[in-house]
Amino acid sequence: MKVAPLAEMVVGMVGDRAEAQVTVDGTHQGLTRFANSFIHQNVAESGRTVQLKVAVEGKVAAATTTRGDEERLRTLVEETIYAAHLRPTDADWPGLAPPAKAMGAGHFDVGTARATPVERATRARDFITAGQGSLAAGYCDTDGGPVAFANSAGQSLETSISRATLDGIHQIGTAAGAGHATAAALSEIEGAPVGAMAAKTARAAADPGELEPAAYEVVLSPECVATMMYFLAFYGWNAKQHDEGQSFVALGEDQFDSRVTIVDDFLDPLSVGPSFDADGTPKRALTLVEAGVSRSLAHDRRTSVKAGAASTGHAIHGGDLYGPVPTNLHFRPGSQSQEELIASVDRGLFVSAFNYCRILDPRTQVITGLTRNGTFLIEGGEIAGAVSNLRFTQSIVGALASGKLVGVGSDARLADSEVGPGLVSAPSLHLAEWHFTGGAQG
Amino acid sequence: MFAISRSAVEGALAAGAAYADARVVLSKHQSLACLNGNLEALDYDERAGVGVRALIGSSWGFFATPELTEQAALAAGAEAAAIATASAMAPGPVLHLTDVPVVEAHYETPHEEDPWGVSLSEKADLLVGVTETMQGVAGVTLAQASMNFWDTEKFFVSSQGHKISQHLVEAGGDLAATAVGESETQRRSYPQSFGQFESGGYEVIRRFDLPGNAGRVAEEAVALLSADECPGGTTDVILESSQLALQIHESVGHATELDRILGWEAAFAGTSWLDLAQLGTLQFGSRLMNITADATLPGSLATFGFDDEGTPAQCVDLVKDGVWVGVLSGRDSAAIAGLAPGGMVRGDGYNRMPMVRMTNVGLLPGESSVEEIISETRDGIYMATNRSWSIDDKRLNFQFGCEVGWEVKNGRLGRMLRNPTYTGISPQFWASLDMLSSEQVYWGLPNCGKGQPMQIGHTGHPASAGRFRDVRVGVKG
Repeated sequence: MKVAPLAEMVVGMVGDRAEAQVTVDGTHQGLTRFANSFIHQNVAESGRTVQLKVAVEGKVAAATTTRGDEERLRTLVEETIYAAHLRPTDADWPGLAPPAKAMGAGHFDVGTARATPVERATRARDFITAGQGSLAAGYCDTDGGPVAFANSAGQSLETSISRATLDGIHQIGTAAGAGHATAAALSEIEGAPVGAMAAKTARAAADPGELEPAAYEVVLSPECVATMMYFLAFYGWNAKQHDEGQSFVALGEDQFDSRVTIVDDFLDPLSVGPSFDADGTPKRALTLVEAGVSRSLAHDRRTSVKAGAASTGHAIHGGDLYGPVPTNLHFRPGSQSQEELIASVDRGLFVSAFNYCRILDPRTQVITGLTRNGTFLIEGGEIAGAVSNLRFTQSIVGALASGKLVGVGSDARLADSEVGPGLVSAPSLHLAEWHFTGGAQG
Repeated sequence: MFAISRSAVEGALAAGAAYADARVVLSKHQSLACLNGNLEALDYDERAGVGVRALIGSSWGFFATPELTEQAALAAGAEAAAIATASAMAPGPVLHLTDVPVVEAHYETPHEEDPWGVSLSEKADLLVGVTETMQGVAGVTLAQASMNFWDTEKFFVSSQGHKISQHLVEAGGDLAATAVGESETQRRSYPQSFGQFESGGYEVIRRFDLPGNAGRVAEEAVALLSADECPGGTTDVILESSQLALQIHESVGHATELDRILGWEAAFAGTSWLDLAQLGTLQFGSRLMNITADATLPGSLATFGFDDEGTPAQCVDLVKDGVWVGVLSGRDSAAIAGLAPGGMVRGDGYNRMPMVRMTNVGLLPGESSVEEIISETRDGIYMATNRSWSIDDKRLNFQFGCEVGWEVKNGRLGRMLRNPTYTGISPQFWASLDMLSSEQVYWGLPNCGKGQPMQIGHTGHPASAGRFRDVRVGVKG
């Protein structure tokens, strides 16, 4: 059975006994992984996931299953309704999403959804050989297929989505450089240029020197900026976190430099993913920061009803606990190339990637983490040499505050944030100050 | 279910696999979460299917399907072999497996009270009650509590003749209070941040005594807002056992994973500062540092009968008297290193390929009491309960934040300190361990991320409180 009729069938099984919403995800995933310059793990899976939520007079229960047989689904519906009856009323249950059309189709390429292991392996091979003898590790994955939503309020949506990523490193001794590409279509990704980029950085990063930890002027790569955006999104622009007093966001206030404009826009050509959220609300474009001023929060149905606002279509599965999260973030680019940003630094660092960042306090947006896959000293506007990885402890909001943002790159692209690919397009940034608090030796 | 696993293996062998194994996995997970007296989430997640692994040349091919029929399993096996064959586009050295005993066996987690036999009402009432208790303390903004239960059945068959079934039962939960101040938030949780998890049934939850700890936790969260900031500098640090458990997880557990040491995780999780050439001679820490990976510990979260390659659960020394002596391994990685397989390969459900995973990686207890450690510390900080954790891709340079600290002066606990952090380099830090408590707890973590596609692993970490000398604390941006 196709995903949309399956979603409707499960809603029908609930009938008028409860409010019900169902998402059926029929995407197929494959991932080819390489290390030590050969493919060592190569995996794929098929199947469908059915996610059901029911509400009986505000008593809510949710269930997820990979079993698509009608008998099991019927039993699961009964068990979930029974569970809902036994729990206390959810005081914040917002009701179901009303019927509304999606504003566009999902970003989909049928060739990517049906990609073969050979197509992924070809890109892995080309990435490896581009290193000309350096040691390669990484992956190429594809993910695609139909997704459908239905609820008992009459909302019904179906879309198809796809995403492909090639991501990896080349290693020379203890130094490494990374390459990354993500798109809705695998055909847009070639292995050789991504591998060549990684190998070039690895060669430049070889034989790093030690640098005393201190506050340095920095140019951050799109990967670094993507990771920063994730922390701002998950802990800041999330209306649940804001309602709980844990967000840094003060709406209407000048919280960033005037060159900071950040939107969440599913319709942007670079975006990947479905056209509606886990509540079945169509996604709509959202200006989060406009010329440095905090403008809006991401809402799901639960937070929007509490706030007396409209849902912005940012519910995620499991979001009852975590709240709504923007997943099509775009930091609007500037006009300078990454080379021009570097040329404008008298003495500072160029950082290729962050690693293992964790938040110390969501309110202050102070994170700690390390640099990875190439950290370079800039002197007199030129790369002077590689330095060993450094630990930093830094407030993201503070780093982007008025007067702290020196330049915005023109090189915005879908970058690999620490939580995965396809969530953020970001440019390189030139910041006046980034606090490095430890070197390789502590 | 064994017939389905067997069909998957036959499908892979018929398509050219040199070796194949398959697992039918039927898993269910129930979670309840409460915020400020309101049950926010009641979720049930079930996954059922078969995953088959085929070895051809230098690569594993893996395919998973939720269709639990012999016909679908046969096709899945053939697909796994086809995927492994595609790997020949970028080939490497032929992969071999170390021998393990071929057994037919069954294992079940000892448990007293089936979590699914306890009513939802009882579970919800407990969570609502403890959050209401925390809310009763002035200054608490968020009062949270949660419970999670897992029930997993596995049916494993290999082309070498393994036929193993397992029934694993796991339970855990927590409570936490957050106080929101003018410019920052403070949080206290119990039994540890992100919850304590064990192998066992609902008796695990009853043992926690959540109601008995709710008030204290709430009061400490509020008190933290007005506590002094942890000073910066170098001093002695006493780590409470759950924080030491996470320290073990990050700086010893991951560092000793053989797949990381061999470079298989280089691009994502990272590698390790450990070099196999130094196995048996490298001084990892002080003589008090004795670390084992023991999958047989009763009640600990990563306790099982067999791993997902059919290797029996066992206890392996990782660090003995401060010297690095062992690794976490599977049949393929152990063959490359010329070591015995450790039985440490597990997959996250039927649709993820098994990989090297920590079992119960823990520090053997010392001989002191926590009181003795404090009384013998002239100047230091006692830190408890993790709040943040970060470590580099070689598992060498770490920085942890804890929920709370207390100054230690002249053998006594003094003022409360907020935002305590400490940082260091793994072998230097472990070399400074000079006192260790005898009061060991089997801490469990249900959220260890590793691999691509991402897999979430359940790991155990027996630990007791310990003292580390001359540690850098109070790191600020």
